[in-house]
Amino acid sequence: MGLPMESPISFANVGQARWWQRGLFASQTGYVAVALLVLIVAMNFASPYFFTEGNIQNVAKNFSFIAIATLGVTLVIITGGIDLSVGSMMCFSAMVTSMVMTGLSTPGLPGASLFVHIAGDGKTVVANIPGVILLISVLAGLGTALIVGLVNGFCIAALGLSPFVTTLGMLSIVRGLGYVISNGRGASPAGPDADYFYALTSGEVSGVPAPFIYLVMLALLMAVVLHHTAFGRHVFALGGNEKAAELTGVSVVRVKIEVYVLCALGAGLQGIIVCGWLGSAPANMATSYELNVIAAAVIGGANLAGGVGGPLGAIVGCVLLEVIRNGLVLAQVNSYWQQTLVGVIIILAVLVDRVRSRMI
Amino acid sequence: MVKTPRAGEPVLELTGVGKQFGAIRALHAVDMQVSSGEVVGLMGDNGAGKSTLVKIIAGNFAPSSGEVRFDSKAVHFHRPVDARAVGIEVVYQDLALADNLTAAANVFLGRELKRKFGPIALLDHKAMAARALELFGELRSETRPHDLVKQMSGGQRQAVAIARTRLSNAKLVMMDEPTAAISVRQVEQVLSLILRLKEQGVAVMLISHRMPDVFAVCDRVIVMRRGEKRADKPIGDTSPEEVTALITGAKEAA
Repeated sequence: MGLPMESPISFANVGQARWWQRGLFASQTGYVAVALLVLIVAMNFASPYFFTEGNIQNVAKNFSFIAIATLGVTLVIITGGIDLSVGSMMCFSAMVTSMVMTGLSTPGLPGASLFVHIAGDGKTVVANIPGVILLISVLAGLGTALIVGLVNGFCIAALGLSPFVTTLGMLSIVRGLGYVISNGRGASPAGPDADYFYALTSGEVSGVPAPFIYLVMLALLMAVVLHHTAFGRHVFALGGNEKAAELTGVSVVRVKIEVYVLCALGAGLQGIIVCGWLGSAPANMATSYELNVIAAAVIGGANLAGGVGGPLGAIVGCVLLEVIRNGLVLAQVNSYWQQTLVGVIIILAVLVDRVRSRMI
Repeated sequence: MVKTPRAGEPVLELTGVGKQFGAIRALHAVDMQVSSGEVVGLMGDNGAGKSTLVKIIAGNFAPSSGEVRFDSKAVHFHRPVDARAVGIEVVYQDLALADNLTAAANVFLGRELKRKFGPIALLDHKAMAARALELFGELRSETRPHDLVKQMSGGQRQAVAIARTRLSNAKLVMMDEPTAAISVRQVEQVLSLILRLKEQGVAVMLISHRMPDVFAVCDRVIVMRRGEKRADKPIGDTSPEEVTALITGAKEAA
């Protein structure tokens, strides 16, 4: 090392934040999680049905239906961007997956001869390994999402358009394309692989709903990527100070495009899963879901100004929204109150964070 | 660590450097040298050509005429990254720090240390924190690698921004108005950080409006006016009054 140190640094003048003043404990995610626990306990007293196995399964399934998309949007929000096209993206991916699956399973349609043929008794028979149709149709759905994500990312990062306007446009474009390809009727998955599809999307493993399992795996993956890879570091840096990231040699354009692609992929996967649960992809599926998804992310602690957020927050936000919805139903409150309450909670969560950060 | 250059070797040499923006002559025939272990103050009023000069050296844009030599080799930078690759670092006026990241994360931003696990490269948090602490130690700054930058004082932020330049063992560090927006006590800290760099054989260019700072740490002062170099004197041979006169134009050249 250059010069020997004259004296070790003492930190005499620099206090260290106490454990409860930093990390998770001092974050919005932390105290929204506490609020959620309180709410769950209160719910337990308010309704004897809340903690029944069926209801918990129901809650777990329902919040998983927006949580994967919320993970993606959280990623975008951390960079200081926004993606309004997730709702439309969910629908479009689900529709493409359904239509490809149906198309490949119907003898006579283009390409279908590679996968199915008609047996002597007039029944459709799978021509190759079962599951190939499913795989191809899901890849087609995700591939569409990938392209939409690339277009979003390219417009925002390379052309410098505002994320709000770009994704607002994309919301409309993608929804419109959904109406065009299905002629406004939507689509439903069909064919020999449809049963696998339903099993994988709305099935359960020893009582745990499949969507919940995917969610946990993706959330863990996202936590590792955000906190232990250079990409994750750059995502946070972009949200903290984009100019600094650029000056220090972070490839800002690349990271931004990647983030929008991941967000679109999350939404696409979410749409495919929801489609399996619904049994179809109607043309108006997931309309205005982008608002729920963004609300969940913000309640969970993602800062729309950028630089703050994480998978735990995304999940906490989604669970909170679902527990409230579920609780209002169990408490036999008019379900129209739900939306009002969600709005109040968004403002409260952000307000509490504001007050707290002023106190420190 | 790479060997630190011997004091006195010229690190940066500019000959006849000029820059034209359309019809505007921002810089005209500037000759200058900066040696290792030397602190040079670059002074001048707004529009005197200081930032143009700094941006040429930092690789933001190429000169219209003249030659830049670094480490006795002619260099042509296309982007700031090119300048950084040969050992020129800039501490920007706004420091270019991400507030929401820790000190260590900022020091290593864009050059993270990683450990390979098969095909996956994960961040090596321990190594980065240890190296950052070492750098803060060299700069005698009481800065914890794990603290968030948004909770730091102005002096600590400067230390983080300067530690970043030490990471690559830069031979020339240019500091743009490092003392413009911080308290008196923190100015002291920053000036001592500059002296630390000097001790380690780094050439420092201090761009500043503050006469006392320049006279406190610089060995030599260069005064720019209307795109030309008007003076280049050892600090002992001049006075704040003379420099002020040169900056304002009351005295044409010295």
